[in-house]
Amino acid sequence: MPFQQQESQLTPWLASAATVTVPQGVSPAYWGIVVPEGNPGNGAQVALGRKLYFEPRLSKDHSVACATCHDVSRGFNDHRGRAEGVGDQIGHRNAPTTLNAAFYSTQFWDGRAPTLEDQAKLPITNPIEMGMPNGDAAVAAIADDPEYKKGFQDAYGRAPNFDDLGRAIASFERTLIFLSSPFDRFAQGDANAISADARAGWALFNGRARCGGCHQMSSSNPIGTDNRFHNIGVSARHQDFEQLANKGLQALAQGKSRESIDRLAIETDLSELGRFVVTEDRADIGAFKTSQVRNVGVTAPYMHDGSLPTLWDVIDHYNKGGEANPYLDGGIEPLNLTEAEVDQLVAFLFSLTDDRLAAQNEGEKARQGALAKTQRPFRDTALASRKVFPFEARLQGGK
Amino acid sequence: MDREKARRRVGHESIETRHLRERGELFQALKSLDRRSFMKVSAAAFGAAAAQGLLPPHSFQPVSVAHAASPTGTPDTPKFTFAYISDSHLYDRNLNDRFVNQLMRAVDDINAMDPQPDFVLYGGDLAQLGKPVELELGAQILKNIKAPRRMMVGEHDWYFDMGEKWRELFGEPRYSFDHKGVHFVVLNSVIEKDFWTERKMTALERMMTVAGLDNGIQSRFTVGDEQREWLKKDLEKVGKDVPLIVFSHSPLYKLYKAWNFWTDDAEQVQAILGKYKDVTVIHGHTHQLLTNRIGNISFHGMLSTAWPWPYAPEGMPKLTIQMGRPDPFNPHDGIGDGSVQVHADGLVDKIYNLWNRNPVTVTRQYLASNGAKDKPAAPLLASY
Repeated sequence: MPFQQQESQLTPWLASAATVTVPQGVSPAYWGIVVPEGNPGNGAQVALGRKLYFEPRLSKDHSVACATCHDVSRGFNDHRGRAEGVGDQIGHRNAPTTLNAAFYSTQFWDGRAPTLEDQAKLPITNPIEMGMPNGDAAVAAIADDPEYKKGFQDAYGRAPNFDDLGRAIASFERTLIFLSSPFDRFAQGDANAISADARAGWALFNGRARCGGCHQMSSSNPIGTDNRFHNIGVSARHQDFEQLANKGLQALAQGKSRESIDRLAIETDLSELGRFVVTEDRADIGAFKTSQVRNVGVTAPYMHDGSLPTLWDVIDHYNKGGEANPYLDGGIEPLNLTEAEVDQLVAFLFSLTDDRLAAQNEGEKARQGALAKTQRPFRDTALASRKVFPFEARLQGGK
Repeated sequence: MDREKARRRVGHESIETRHLRERGELFQALKSLDRRSFMKVSAAAFGAAAAQGLLPPHSFQPVSVAHAASPTGTPDTPKFTFAYISDSHLYDRNLNDRFVNQLMRAVDDINAMDPQPDFVLYGGDLAQLGKPVELELGAQILKNIKAPRRMMVGEHDWYFDMGEKWRELFGEPRYSFDHKGVHFVVLNSVIEKDFWTERKMTALERMMTVAGLDNGIQSRFTVGDEQREWLKKDLEKVGKDVPLIVFSHSPLYKLYKAWNFWTDDAEQVQAILGKYKDVTVIHGHTHQLLTNRIGNISFHGMLSTAWPWPYAPEGMPKLTIQMGRPDPFNPHDGIGDGSVQVHADGLVDKIYNLWNRNPVTVTRQYLASNGAKDKPAAPLLASY
């Protein structure tokens, strides 16, 4: 959607959120940890960040802004499998939503940025995202604009610079807190705020479906992530991890700057190594950050590579115990969920969408539901019910 | 709280970024030094890196580091390396496939080692209840190991059919061999006195009793009179200054009786081994980092591929650096496999390849100095 239309769609949603403030239902103590000391996010800072979020001049050919891949009208992501940057170049990772991103302990699918401030700057200089040669070039593209001169002066008391640009965008993103969903009203005691199916799904989520092991939902963890990194086998479908890991180490030996790791993650097959590229720890091979479950109904497609088109596919993936590979997380195992239970879990997940996105959510529910009726490529009941064991095929070598 | 503070400092380098940068700088610096200054400068820095377990033991070891200096500053290429996998506790595949996957991961790990180890020791307890179906499954998985394989028996392999199936698959449980100047001995250290006939136990009841902890019914593990005689005889032909490496499933010392972390005739076995100059005992059974030294005998535990045991409430050897409480939400924490680097002097560096943590190396210098030198880094969190 054109940026101007996105902005007008956003305006009513953020009417009361012109500054970074404690969101409703979040403990102030916890929020104090979320917001860094040096960047409180006052009105001027948030306003500057919002302007920058929609600013295509931050890209090489003035075609891409944050809002290109984190589109307000598309659940603050892009509804593409893998994100598209300048010159129609496609990266290797799915663009995660910017909604509630403030709550993550680390940013990006592999946690390579410790803060939102840090994260906001990297896509600008990544060659296939926004393609600026460096931060100074991005600043130069807007520094002469009187509105920005004033904006940076008001926000940080100095001329435009790259670090403040990251701070401002981060502050704006800290106002994108979307935690007011039917599920929240249910959690507050309104039993009928969500459907019977969704209630059954919530029980499964915490029980037999084992979701809550990593996607814990609590008042101190409102978005449902353990902020850890797990190999659930998504990239095992098409990778030889061992070979790839050795290739990764060779590449890292050439240099381990933030920028070079960023490029490995976005531009090469090594993207599939996930967290390993950051830590070089074998335990992290093919491991990606536990994604939030908030607003998951409007952020399709799913997983770090956007390879699962619907929430039914997501549950199918977990139901069969992920994709077998040597580094599969120990907590992933076949779940033997029935079709009715899969539907209940999906119903629960759609109840986690903020009321402001209710229309989008209904549309997605219908679209994904129709798609799931025609195709369920990741469903494997033989694996899910342990009639077939993935290790048996691998064992043949020993026969 | 420090992490919190770090998070609050915007634009501040994260702990992890800093750690990676410093490590990169260290390795870069090591590369660019000539050999003499390398020896001089690297000793301290390298020791620090090794102590933090930052030198991975497997194929991922950066080439520039593979032949680098030891903490004492001398060139430190091991004479040879062997790997180990232990304590997989396989059930019938229909009951549990997590342990199956974990054993297969260990096999993948060992197969990825570059260079390949001279051989792989399997440390016992391949099965959970000694059933033929469990042992056969294990044998099938272990066939995927590329390097030559040596087998040791554990009590979980033995007490269902008194070792019948195990022997059919893997041969006799006690044997010795020589490899590159080292004499290796593999023992069956899990021999118990007959407690079952009198109680009219079935095979499975006998097995379940041995598999249990904290029960007073079973007797204690022993190497036994007959096997000790065999050991004496086997060692007669071995020169006193030939390095000895002994594999036993249970630790050949007395740690904690109630869990059978214990060998009842340990002192007698130690007396036989004590006559030799350099003796290393590598044992399974305890599923944890475990280090001990009695006289001239060094003892190292092996990791399990199935689960980590907590540490015994008493009797802990003082040289042991405990691995810290495994994360109950991560089934891969506190388990893994490992390798042993045997040096020209016959002493060994023991590498614990923990799957969810940095690898830990317990060096021969640490043991030889009785813990004064080259202490492995303790984990951040205490054991309990």
